[in-house]
Amino acid sequence: MLGRTDLPNRLRVISGAKDKDCMKCGKCSASCPSYEKMDIRPHQFVSYLQRGDVDAMMNSTTVWACLCCYACIERCPRDVKPAQIIEAARLMLIRRQGDTPYVSADDIPELLDPDTPQQLLVSALRKYTK
Amino acid sequence: MKRVGVFVCHCGTNIAAAVDVGEVVDKARLERGVVFSAEYPYMCSEAGQTMIANAVKEHNLTGVVVSACSPRMHEVTFRKAAAKIGLNPYMLEMANIREQCSWIHKDKDDATKKAVSLTSAAVAKVHLNTPLFAGESPVTKRALVIGGGIAGISVALDVADAGYDVDIVESTPGIGGRMAQLDKTFPTLDCSACILTPKMVDAATHDNITLHTYSEVESVEGFVGDFTVTIRKKARSVDMKKCTGCGACYDKCPAKKAPSEFEEGLSNRKAIYIPFAQAVPNVPVIDREQCIKFKTGKCGLCETVCAPGAIDFEQQDELVTQKYGAVIVATGFRPIELGKFGEYAPESKDVLTSLEFERITNAAGPTKGALVRLSDGRKPKSITFIQCVGSRDTTPRGKAYCSKICCMYTAKHAMLVKDKYPDIDVNVYYIDVRSPGKNFDEFYRRAAEEYGVNYIKGQVGKVVDMGDHLVLQAADMLDNRQITARTDMIVLATAIEPLKSTKPIASMLTASIDTNGFMTEAHPKLKPVESPTAGVFLAGACHGPKDIPETVAQAGAAAAKVLGLLSKSKLTTNPCVAAADELACNGCSACESVCPYGAIGYEDRQINDHGVRGNQRLAAVNTALCQGCGACAVTCPSGAMDLLGFSNRQILAEVDALCR
Ligand SMILES: Cc1cc2nc3c(=O)[nH]c(=O)nc-3n(C[C@H](O)[C@H](O)[C@H](O)COP(=O)(O)OP(=O)(O)OC[C@H]3O[C@@H](n4cnc5c(N)ncnc54)[C@H](O)[C@@H]3O)c2cc1C
Ligand code: SF4
Ligand code: SF4
Ligand code: SF4
Ligand code: SF4
Repeated sequence: MLGRTDLPNRLRVISGAKDKDCMKCGKCSASCPSYEKMDIRPHQFVSYLQRGDVDAMMNSTTVWACLCCYACIERCPRDVKPAQIIEAARLMLIRRQGDTPYVSADDIPELLDPDTPQQLLVSALRKYTK
Repeated sequence: MKRVGVFVCHCGTNIAAAVDVGEVVDKARLERGVVFSAEYPYMCSEAGQTMIANAVKEHNLTGVVVSACSPRMHEVTFRKAAAKIGLNPYMLEMANIREQCSWIHKDKDDATKKAVSLTSAAVAKVHLNTPLFAGESPVTKRALVIGGGIAGISVALDVADAGYDVDIVESTPGIGGRMAQLDKTFPTLDCSACILTPKMVDAATHDNITLHTYSEVESVEGFVGDFTVTIRKKARSVDMKKCTGCGACYDKCPAKKAPSEFEEGLSNRKAIYIPFAQAVPNVPVIDREQCIKFKTGKCGLCETVCAPGAIDFEQQDELVTQKYGAVIVATGFRPIELGKFGEYAPESKDVLTSLEFERITNAAGPTKGALVRLSDGRKPKSITFIQCVGSRDTTPRGKAYCSKICCMYTAKHAMLVKDKYPDIDVNVYYIDVRSPGKNFDEFYRRAAEEYGVNYIKGQVGKVVDMGDHLVLQAADMLDNRQITARTDMIVLATAIEPLKSTKPIASMLTASIDTNGFMTEAHPKLKPVESPTAGVFLAGACHGPKDIPETVAQAGAAAAKVLGLLSKSKLTTNPCVAAADELACNGCSACESVCPYGAIGYEDRQINDHGVRGNQRLAAVNTALCQGCGACAVTCPSGAMDLLGFSNRQILAEVDALCR
């Protein structure tokens, strides 16, 4: 079992992101469609990981605001993969949460809406329950 | 038995920190034939060299081993020192205990063991060394410059002014390169054409300079001092001797749909054309793919209107072969293709590369210098510059390096806009502003401070063309906010790359290119204008991103090296060449097929085999062409081919010593 001080490294392993390669150009934050809803912006997420402040990342609104559109990954000139850091932080949070998932299969029928694409539901389940 | 002396260098702490030098000295003394061994902090220093000289005299040494850095660094130094005291220089060997030992090992015991082994291998080799004598080769007092941009023109003028003949081969119809396309130049904002065209004319009229425009290098043979180069002069379809440059042909030519290379495709040119009004030489070229006569057999208008009768539809490519002592590569650069950078909407007419912007601001350009949107001809109210497009990008679509010139030319563009049209809102998105260089930072700061150019630290993530304006989404890293803004024109500071044609040039010259396709220098610090191939020099942006001042400085340095070479009447050749043992060679031709320098031929030799006279086909090495690479020696199935100074016996003795 990894200790608390190992959290940043665990996050690196889970995300596969290369936080050290970031040159702070801001192109990720420039590309992000969900920027305004985030308290820690995509490029800052990379800096937080560099500093090792995983708790702040897990408690951010960003982990819920990121749409997983991967625009930041697509455009980052250094192949840092900021969205994967965000996703990893969310996963760590969900795992810590244990058996109380944010969405359970039973909630789904209620959420169904003919306009919602199936794919979105599948990705929501994946995002909130893993 | 030779009397060998071993000298072990500390190289300051470079070697001594990782290797127990005293131990290497002691162990060396136990080697066969070693009568003297010593250590010194810097063997390459004058005191170190004197130490070798004194020991040779005092101990009657007939072989010397220096355990120090790579022979590429100091073999010449030590061999010269040996020659000075009358020892044949090839009786000295180096053991590389720095690059191949102390620099790459952390454990001192292991590194010391390895240094001892490497030294004993060198001792084993030196026992088999024989005196070798360098030959001589001629120097052709003529230089070839490949590429007629500002780099090539500068080298040519410098070499020609010193009294030597120079030929410039330029692939396009005229000289001048990228600089001819520029409007004003940083850091002084003087007009590019005003400083370049006089140089172009100087090159064209210089008694010692011959221009081969619309020409390409077809093949290169030979070596330093004695290159034989074939140049293909592509058919211009215009007789250069008859043409007066009146321009009647291109005025009348009805085929006018070819995108102009000089105008970056922003306007069209005729099928018969000169690249721009001040082109040197002022002789047009027919683009046979565009010409109606070549396509359909009809037209011939240019021929009709050409009073001196210079049009020649039958003209063929011409091959010219010439000898040269030195070759200078100055093939320049181009902006990268932006097809993979869809987020910037590069297909939009109002999104320009910086080079296109140079043409738009140029009074002689496609808009006659009017700053207008190419989509609708309106004057922009806002212009946005984006830096580092495709540069500093480690993904497969970009270039990992900084293109170096774009921070400065962006500041220039921004100032030029503000100077003419103070009412236009100018924003620059940057990651870092890189402006080292004389008066460079002052120049960039003037854009911000005097001209009110708005510099925003951050990148643009997306550009959308809305028809009558553009919208961009960007990040401001210092204010930590996202910006969505309207703008009328976007200029992309596009990464630059070497031309694709640089690679074949490099391989013809057996010179090398780096992973980015730029020409490689022989040493990044001490030989920045020489290629690793003797007699081949580098100038300008073909070697890495460079601005004009740096290009001209490098061209001057390359010219000095060329002059140093051409001023010699003879060159000494490397005696470490291949030689075939005529008793073992059976003339199979295996060696000939692997020699990259074409140095191996065959001759019939009369032999007397047990009283039977006969002819035997034998490999013969042209020692002037042989570079001592050793490919033949390892290929020869009968073990007949050997390399002087690196014989099979010598190498096996080293291996034996290492395996002990
Ligand atoms: C938009 C922009 C703005 C710039 N502004 C400035 C500025 O304000 N100030 C400044 O100092 N610098 C500026 N520069 C940089 C400047 O253009 C270069 O420093 C300069 O052009 C380099 O000269 P060069 O001779 O090495 O290469 P080039 O100008 O590229 O010339 C190379 C020549 O070689 C020819 N060639 C290529 N391959 C072959 C071949 N195989 N055989 C024969 N000929 C060949 C080409 O046709 C060309 O004529 C700017 C660059 C750009 C892109
Ligand atoms: S786009 Fe990449 S390099 Fe630029 S700030 Fe974001 S993570 Fe860092
Ligand atoms: S993946 Fe997330 S952080 Fe990245 S651009 Fe999309 S919403 Fe923003
Ligand atoms: S013959 Fe060709 S180059 Fe001459 S005028 Fe006609 S189209 Fe133009
Ligand atoms: S010179 Fe400036 S704009 Fe060009 S790549 Fe380097 S940092 Fe970017």
